[in-house]
Amino acid sequence: MAMFSHLLNNYEAAVAVILFGVGFCMLLFCRNLLKKVLGLDIMDTGTFLLLADRGDIFGRDVPIIVDGVTDFSNYVNPIPAGLVLTGIVVSVSVSAILLALTVRIYETYHTLDIDKLYLMISHRRKGDVE
Amino acid sequence: MSLIQNVPLFTIVLSLLCAVVCFVGGRKISRYVSAALLCLSAMAQGSLMIYCYVNQLSYTFMMGHYPAPWGNELAIGVTESSMAFLFALVMLLSVLGGISYVNRDVLTDKQELYGAMLCLTHAALMALSYTNDIFTGYVFIEILTISSCALLIAREGGRNLIAAIRYMVFALMGSGLFLIGVILLYSITGHLLFPQLHETIAALWESGEYRMSLTTAMGLMVAGLSIKSGLFPFHFWMPDTYGRATPTSSAILSGTASKGYIFLLIKIIYRVIGIEVFAGSGVQTVLLLFGVAGMVVGSVSAIFSDRLTTMVSYSSAAQIGYIFMGLGMGTQAALVAVIFQILTHALTKPLLFLSSRDLMEASGGRQDFKALRGAGHRSMAAGFAFTVGSLSMVGVPLLAGFIPKLYFATSAVGLGWRTWVVWLALAVSTVLNVLYFLYTVILIWLPSEETHALRSHRWSHAVPTLIFAALNVAVGIFPGAIATLVNQGFSLFCK
Repeated sequence: MAMFSHLLNNYEAAVAVILFGVGFCMLLFCRNLLKKVLGLDIMDTGTFLLLADRGDIFGRDVPIIVDGVTDFSNYVNPIPAGLVLTGIVVSVSVSAILLALTVRIYETYHTLDIDKLYLMISHRRKGDVE
Repeated sequence: MSLIQNVPLFTIVLSLLCAVVCFVGGRKISRYVSAALLCLSAMAQGSLMIYCYVNQLSYTFMMGHYPAPWGNELAIGVTESSMAFLFALVMLLSVLGGISYVNRDVLTDKQELYGAMLCLTHAALMALSYTNDIFTGYVFIEILTISSCALLIAREGGRNLIAAIRYMVFALMGSGLFLIGVILLYSITGHLLFPQLHETIAALWESGEYRMSLTTAMGLMVAGLSIKSGLFPFHFWMPDTYGRATPTSSAILSGTASKGYIFLLIKIIYRVIGIEVFAGSGVQTVLLLFGVAGMVVGSVSAIFSDRLTTMVSYSSAAQIGYIFMGLGMGTQAALVAVIFQILTHALTKPLLFLSSRDLMEASGGRQDFKALRGAGHRSMAAGFAFTVGSLSMVGVPLLAGFIPKLYFATSAVGLGWRTWVVWLALAVSTVLNVLYFLYTVILIWLPSEETHALRSHRWSHAVPTLIFAALNVAVGIFPGAIATLVNQGFSLFCK
């Protein structure tokens, strides 16, 4: 029961882990290549939610100085937010390259189904001179 | 503070600038700029290494005007600069050795992008060698992943794309796990710089607080970097990826990129976590067992492969297993062996990939072992280079590959049950290596009846490969000089 109350108290982290799990299941179990790429994206989103939540301190304000109050104990930790921004940029770049690869694969093989792709590759293997 | 101490920062910024210049400059400028950058960088890192060695210097370089613990830092010493020198040198020789294949494999209008990606890979490798901040490490890991993927897909081909997407998925899993480890570590300790993290982790481990979170964070970071560098069982992307890329890309990826991740892992284990905490957490034993498994499984897969580059790629997986076995042993002597293994593999694997492609071209573009019969006679320089590389992999004395095996064996003495595991693994994997490498070497030198048209192979194309072979022999004959360098580096590295 203590575990349940821990989960409820840290619900942001729990949701982040659930998102990670959802993305991971999409990556593993979906046959469509595009859905796999989206699954990776959702996994990254879960990770960033976990990181952003690390900065939040209960009862404190957004870290923008208002009314000249400069004492740091009135504001949440701004560093994780900065790290999340960097992470989001990385995630966008990676998604872009994966989607570009998906488009090229579709142009070459005319299917996005991973099972059909592997069948096509293994059939071409006999006499593959590459 | 002398000018040479600024070299790391200059190199990283210059590489990023050169990437932009290559991108806008067009094909010719891109080729000259990337070659010039690699040449300049190799000389600069080499001078820095000698400077640090002669003055016994190890220093931190403050980035911007914010001191620790708020700012970003680079940490420079003999070990870091020697790794950076190795990476720059191997990249330079791989690019020069494979440039004729880059011209053929990559589309003409995409060749400037290849040069830009080379500059980005170089920037990321330099940053990983020198960084003193864990989140900077994560960012440059991602940059290295993306530029490696771009280097792979440069060669035209459908199978290549599937190999690249599989590589990206594995690599992203690794980065994701590493990032979660960093997040956990930051939320417990509140620091991102290595020295501050080290103190806080040691204090937390002493007091027993957050023990579970610390172990999880350590395990995640180690798992993430191991997945990216190709530890068993996460090495299945290697054969398709290395086997189908242009040989320069395969050489750079297997020779330098995976070593970049491993060097960051070494820095994290020794400078962030600390070797006592790492040994006490149990992650070390897991690394040892997976490393040993990789050594054996990689070699067995190589024996059963039917293409030359697949065989060479699986042997890469086996050699990475050696490195993780050494990290799993945990002593300083084992770490010296690990550095030697990194050096040897970085010098030998590019040699093997470049000469494999030459041998393949001399056999009418085919890679199966039947067609390779007698390929050494058709392309003498490639045959000689491949022979040197293979004998080094097997561990013949007088060649570089013998030294790390010797050091692994001697450093395993006195570790209890680990001694037997390490010795047994070394023996079995050496026998397995002989089975596939010597078989191939004998095969390429067999007299063959087929007369494929000899490609007019200018010796100038073979010079970088022969330089690799010469370096290999040099390391094998004079390991003492390098051992002194490595030992001095460690006295300053592991505080």
